[in-house]
Amino acid sequence: MNLQEDLQNRLKQKPILLMTHLVLGYPSFATNREVIAQMAENGVDCIELQIPFSEPMADGPVILKANQQALASGIRVQDCFEFAAEMVKEFPAVNFLFMTYYNIVYRYGLEDFIRDAAAVGMKGFIVPDLPPEEGEEYLRLSAVSNMAAIMFFTPTSTDERMKEVAAQGSGFIYCVARRGVTGEHTEMDAGLSRYLTRCRQATDLPLAVGFGIGNRKDVAMLEGKADMAVIGTATIKLVDREGTESVGNFIRNLQQLEE
Amino acid sequence: MKKGYFGQWGGAFIPEVLYQTFTDLNVAYEQARADKDFWQEYVDLMENYSCRPTPLTFAENLSNRLGGARIYIKREDLNHTGAHKANNVMGQGLLVKRMGKKRVIAETGAGQHGVATATMAARFGFDCTIYMGEEDVARQRPNVFWMEKLGATVVPVTDGSKTLKDAINEAFRDWVTRMDDTHYVLGTVCGPHPFPEMVAWFQSIIGIEARKQIVAQHGQMPDRVYACVGGGSNAMGIFQGFLDEAEVELVGVEAGGKGLETTEHASRMVGDRAAPGIAQGYKTMFLQDDDGQMLDTHSIAAGLDYVGVSPILADLGETGRVRFEAATDKEVLEALTLTMRTEGIIPALESSHAFVQAIKEAPKMRPDQAIIINMSGRGDKDIFTIAHAFDDPSWKEFIIDRAKQYAE
Repeated sequence: MNLQEDLQNRLKQKPILLMTHLVLGYPSFATNREVIAQMAENGVDCIELQIPFSEPMADGPVILKANQQALASGIRVQDCFEFAAEMVKEFPAVNFLFMTYYNIVYRYGLEDFIRDAAAVGMKGFIVPDLPPEEGEEYLRLSAVSNMAAIMFFTPTSTDERMKEVAAQGSGFIYCVARRGVTGEHTEMDAGLSRYLTRCRQATDLPLAVGFGIGNRKDVAMLEGKADMAVIGTATIKLVDREGTESVGNFIRNLQQLEE
Repeated sequence: MKKGYFGQWGGAFIPEVLYQTFTDLNVAYEQARADKDFWQEYVDLMENYSCRPTPLTFAENLSNRLGGARIYIKREDLNHTGAHKANNVMGQGLLVKRMGKKRVIAETGAGQHGVATATMAARFGFDCTIYMGEEDVARQRPNVFWMEKLGATVVPVTDGSKTLKDAINEAFRDWVTRMDDTHYVLGTVCGPHPFPEMVAWFQSIIGIEARKQIVAQHGQMPDRVYACVGGGSNAMGIFQGFLDEAEVELVGVEAGGKGLETTEHASRMVGDRAAPGIAQGYKTMFLQDDDGQMLDTHSIAAGLDYVGVSPILADLGETGRVRFEAATDKEVLEALTLTMRTEGIIPALESSHAFVQAIKEAPKMRPDQAIIINMSGRGDKDIFTIAHAFDDPSWKEFIIDRAKQYAE
């Protein structure tokens, strides 16, 4: 079963799916392990494992700092693959994806990266600085390995561009909720609603919505308009502030109405 | 070949949110390029506002002292704001006017490009924000002063190595937030297409002039042309005047820092610390580790202290059309001293790298041969940096006294 089919099956059971994110090695693999365990226990559907990069251009201050500290602690790409293999084995109910910037993939070797990721059981890739025009080989090799190559919609995308991009992608579409970088809050307003309607019209792929989603109200607002809510910076901040044990509660609460 | 590629180098590795912005920029750039009036407007502006054409100065004393090739110096230091950076920013300023945008942002290393952009913004009436690594803010304080006086907001960047590459990342983060009213005035022939090609086009004014001037003064083509290479915009500017003359050797000089055998340099095309990579929106040779993480760089000249190099120059280096060399910090100060003493000319630390290699090679050439050194900027405005580099005792005394006065 590919990622798209898996997500569509899950959507028969619940109104909206959850994808969470973490930066590998921040603050440590030990913490990553505990956080992932709590995410998995509380029914997270997908987890983005971000391989740190020294120039994370699309990320805001929180994830940027996490990248830098992970690298400063000596995290290598090979360590990330080993850790990912361990997580996939331990939590088979979760779809794991690698998120990183293209230089990491390029230096590893595009073909090797895709093959090795598939071999450890990863389900796909999110590479924000690789547009489809530059990623022909990446798209082709991902398809061969049955790996999802996640494409992006943004509020600046025209309807025509959305259709063009969706035709290249697989798994799901990552709909960036607003302009800017990761971590700033997104207003759940009529503009976002209109944007998501445009996204829906452009593709049959599941729609994941991210950039600034951080509480139950945000997630509830997306039900019926999108298929998966992406929680990024919010969990990193939470772990920084309250420690790993707070993650389970946070994830549980995202999926049910608070009174 | 794909658009924006030079051999295997270049491209446009941009996040999806900027797709439309780049589509619009490409259209505006291509229309301007096809419009002869635009180039004429640009040349007129540069003549009236920025002392163009800049002279090609015959360095007779230096030539005689070295006893070889005749040395000519292309005086980009005489541009308004003191460096070739003005060429690019005024060109992009005209383009911004055409696109109807009201705000410009820029990254800066040494501060030259920041000052030039702030100047352009003042002249055209744009809002202006400059991103500058915290470390560069500290070592180039006078340029920060001028940017602020010219009306720009200077934002110190505290991430990463706190230098030029981090300022570029931060400028992109601003741009993805405010692309509707903002143009990013990238300062060099790097970044995603169309920047390398577009900035090279504006800087080609250097080579167009130099070619005419050397023929007028020397009667024929020069044998060699030297330019320092950080991102590579002054080098591309002058090289374009001679690219189609196969007998003219083009020499790019990178920052050798404390020596290529050390880890403290910024040489991408020579030395063994760089490898092909894709970052900051384009493919080129980057100083990076085996995992693809960018390395810390060092140069006495902040303007050369950068991990990447123009994709156009990466291609010209690979095909052998441009020869690359490196100059160490120590050699740079020696060349600067010799040039000041013999010619009364003060090159910037960046430009002094080109002087190093020319001074090494000129004595081995014949007196009927000629070389051009592109003097990309002037050094006297970087008095704090240069005085510090020379470790000048009387200057230190002055600073200590002045600091005491301020502390009172």
